[in-house]
Amino acid sequence: MVYGIVRLINFAHGDVFMVGAFLAYYAISYFQLPLAVAMIVSMAGCALLGIAIERIAYRPLRRAPRIAALITAIGVSLFLEYFCSLKFVFGPNYLSFPRPFRVVTWEWAGIHFSNIQIIIFVVAIFLLILLQYIVHYTKMGKAMRAVSFDQDTARLMGINVDSTISFTFGLGSALAAAGGVLYGIAYPQINPFMGIMPGLKAFVAAVLGGIGIMPGAMMGALIMGIAEVLTSAFVSSTLRDGVAFGILILVLMVKPTGILGRRTGEKV
Amino acid sequence: MMKNRSWSLPLFFVLLCYLIIQELIRTEVINPYWEQVIQYSLIVTISCLGLNIIYGYTGQFSLGHAAFFGIGAYSSALIIKALHTENTVIFIIALLMGAIFAGLVAFLVGLPILRLRSDYLGIATLGFGIMVKVALDNLDRLIPMMGGSRGMSGIPKLTNFTITYAFVILAVFFLRNFVYSSHGRACISIREDEIAAQTMGINTTKYKTLAFVMGCFYAGLAGGLYAHLYVFLHPSNFDFLKSFDPLLIVVLGGLGSMSGTLLAALGWTFLLEGLRVVLPPQILDWRMVIYPILLIVVMLLRPQGLFGGAEFAFLRPRRITEE
Repeated sequence: MVYGIVRLINFAHGDVFMVGAFLAYYAISYFQLPLAVAMIVSMAGCALLGIAIERIAYRPLRRAPRIAALITAIGVSLFLEYFCSLKFVFGPNYLSFPRPFRVVTWEWAGIHFSNIQIIIFVVAIFLLILLQYIVHYTKMGKAMRAVSFDQDTARLMGINVDSTISFTFGLGSALAAAGGVLYGIAYPQINPFMGIMPGLKAFVAAVLGGIGIMPGAMMGALIMGIAEVLTSAFVSSTLRDGVAFGILILVLMVKPTGILGRRTGEKV
Repeated sequence: MMKNRSWSLPLFFVLLCYLIIQELIRTEVINPYWEQVIQYSLIVTISCLGLNIIYGYTGQFSLGHAAFFGIGAYSSALIIKALHTENTVIFIIALLMGAIFAGLVAFLVGLPILRLRSDYLGIATLGFGIMVKVALDNLDRLIPMMGGSRGMSGIPKLTNFTITYAFVILAVFFLRNFVYSSHGRACISIREDEIAAQTMGINTTKYKTLAFVMGCFYAGLAGGLYAHLYVFLHPSNFDFLKSFDPLLIVVLGGLGSMSGTLLAALGWTFLLEGLRVVLPPQILDWRMVIYPILLIVVMLLRPQGLFGGAEFAFLRPRRITEE
């Protein structure tokens, strides 16, 4: 999502995701907060973190070649991973994420599902609706869309580009944190390097669906997920990532701007 | 006369450098560990020069460099292991075969995906890199010698300082001559503006593929050297995270600058290893924290890279002066 607005591959996204999961872990196990509060706390914390990252590492490079910002993004990502695995921060070990409630499974028409899956589904839908509301019906959302369309013109129209981008980073990071908490509930094991693959896949899903198009990102994520599950179920789980990325390449060959992407002509 | 002078000085310097280091190794002033680090830094240099062709000169964003590195490593190691030989000539042939194989794969992959632009190309190459890793993890079902996810062991240690050094010099020499030829200029024009290059009658597909294949050839060569230096290969050494390392180096050195790539590659390896020695044991964990901080600071201070497209004098063609 951040990507669509600033045109920057944010490799640190997965690590914000990790920090979110850890914050929720501490909120639940040390401060005994209920899950919903812990989630809000970790979203707020990660929003601050995202804004700080943007301020320190990306803003000075906004006018520089894009690749420079990409490198600092990798730098930030490595920094978060290794800083968080220092002993006095989170430590390098696997921690088990506390489940604040018991797992209940139901069976309905031959399909197994648990309360965890329902919670994840409901929260995801809720956040998607919230996001759509913010982007399409608030003043800030309008500013975000304007900045993503054309930064310079947006600035001429009196939009504060800096604060808009900061806000975008905060929002994106808060969503990443929510993702991290949900991940922690679903697979109750967290470590400082857990963010690498989900972060990459989030980005790939965004590209697959078409950059900067939110339903596209959701669709891309679904396609990737289903492809992976089907491969592990019917072919071999070790080939899972290979098949998922093979599909990605095939899609990009047919539609180079993603499934829902518009073909933009290049002006000379 | 002019021609002699412009070549003899760098040649002299190169030979001197070689003799000094070789002598230090022989007299064991440099211990075997640091000898290995030196060779590794040279291997990294070759691989990064390859990426510099692809990204620095032609502007094609590739995140799958480690995959080609791995292909070269595995294929040359397979040849050597299958032949049960430790002959240096055969070793060099095997290295070249590995590199050619990497280049061939690059050609087959590059032809369709090089149509994509910028970030989409990055993602496609990234995807390819992950597919290669998955393939390496599973190929032991077809070729048991490759070891799959258990790793491939028992490769004879054939890489030595002389061979690595010679290949680096050759790599730099070829790259320099390529870049300043008309083919190299065509590649640079694609980086600057693809459509304009096309309008000037440059076959962009051809040159993009050419640069990609050449870059991956370098990566494959470096991979082969790597395989016979560390004598153990594991697919996780070639996953996509490793593709970031050459990218970091090329960008840090300055895009489209051979001197920058050379210095950044050597500096990067020695920085990572040096921090291991310099830091006291109780804060050794901080090594990987200090490294990204340095990375960010350098990028903030010099967004165009250390050299920013500049070159050492001996890597530039002579000005054509009027007689």
